[in-house]
Amino acid sequence: MRTIQPSAESTILLLRELVSHLRENRTQLREEWARRITEAQLLTAMTKEEIFAEATSVYDNYVEVLETGSVEALQAYARNLSERIIPRGVETHEVLGIVLLLRDVLARSLFKKYQADFDLLNRVLDAYEPAANRIANTVGVGFVQERERIIRQQQEAIRELSTPVLQVRERLLILPMIGVIDSQRARQLTEQVLRGIRTNRAKVVVMDITGVPAIDSNVANHLVQTVDASRLMGATVIVTGLSPEIAQTLVTIGVDLSKMNTVGDLQGGIEEAERLLGYKVQAEQISG
Amino acid sequence: MEVPILKQGDYLIASIQAALSDEDLLKLRDELADRVGRFRSRGVIVDVTVVDVMDSFASRTLRTTAHMLRLRGAETVIVGIQPEVAFAMVQLGLTLEGVTTMLDLEEGLTFLDQQKKRRAKRAK
Repeated sequence: MRTIQPSAESTILLLRELVSHLRENRTQLREEWARRITEAQLLTAMTKEEIFAEATSVYDNYVEVLETGSVEALQAYARNLSERIIPRGVETHEVLGIVLLLRDVLARSLFKKYQADFDLLNRVLDAYEPAANRIANTVGVGFVQERERIIRQQQEAIRELSTPVLQVRERLLILPMIGVIDSQRARQLTEQVLRGIRTNRAKVVVMDITGVPAIDSNVANHLVQTVDASRLMGATVIVTGLSPEIAQTLVTIGVDLSKMNTVGDLQGGIEEAERLLGYKVQAEQISG
Repeated sequence: MEVPILKQGDYLIASIQAALSDEDLLKLRDELADRVGRFRSRGVIVDVTVVDVMDSFASRTLRTTAHMLRLRGAETVIVGIQPEVAFAMVQLGLTLEGVTTMLDLEEGLTFLDQQKKRRAKRAK
């Protein structure tokens, strides 16, 4: 077993030799790699030509990292690649799979070339392995980071979409709340309601929770706080659409709802709000 | 810092200009109670638009002020509580129970005018 680490200088020399070997056999190794990718049924979302084009870029970047030792260009490329292929449904295991395949293809070609000189082969692999690991790591991390960035972005988008504050009449806002409400969203909702009251000069706010499947005591308390805070700003809150389950939960956990103005459904809530604001809705007589 | 109190017809308007100390608040309370009697005012508006911190002493004093003034014959409205302040207050359990609160000065005046009309109607 070899325990002596090769000196830095000899590593550089070996890597240089490696790079020239990879450059010489670029066409053949690249084809071999693309073939293995298809065989392993990776990147099925992409066409053969696309795979080959990407394979070429990855290959060149790969060789460049081995030559320069700097992963920055590869990082940028990996990010760019991820940006392009994530929307097409490429999975993490596929990306890691192809990088590991390339690693394997190249290692095999090194075995073939140096099999006569076992000692040299060992030293070549010593130089190659850490660099190859680093590359696999860089590409994998780049891909996962890009995915996480997209997930964060989407969460943000969902959060913004999920709680619109709409003005339906002069001084009347409605808030159709949909989906699960956690503490963070509840807090955000409160802020939005209060800001909405100020900017729209609202007198009445109808909060409709028909689309909320469940509520816990934290969120219920938050609801009560929202009602109180709105009152401090001179607005009345009407809560509508409490499902039987939610009503039961609220009663069971003993939330004090005496201060809360609740109406069965959104229509009733809007009618009540119109009454508070002094509106009278009247159907027009249609003649003929 | 003294709070200017303006007389506007039947109403008094106290517009807080800066953060108030506890003594300032008590002084405001006494001053309002005194003037409501002197001017025979029917309504008082306390504008707290610029206040960015409302602690328990301040909100308790405002509440007792409102109750005192009601006993002296004037309806009190607190106006201009900012969203952040309102949220902080309810988290501390300070809900100004029994006190009328309105969005801003204009709303406060509208509310007092409506009260006046209602009283006039009842008197008829």
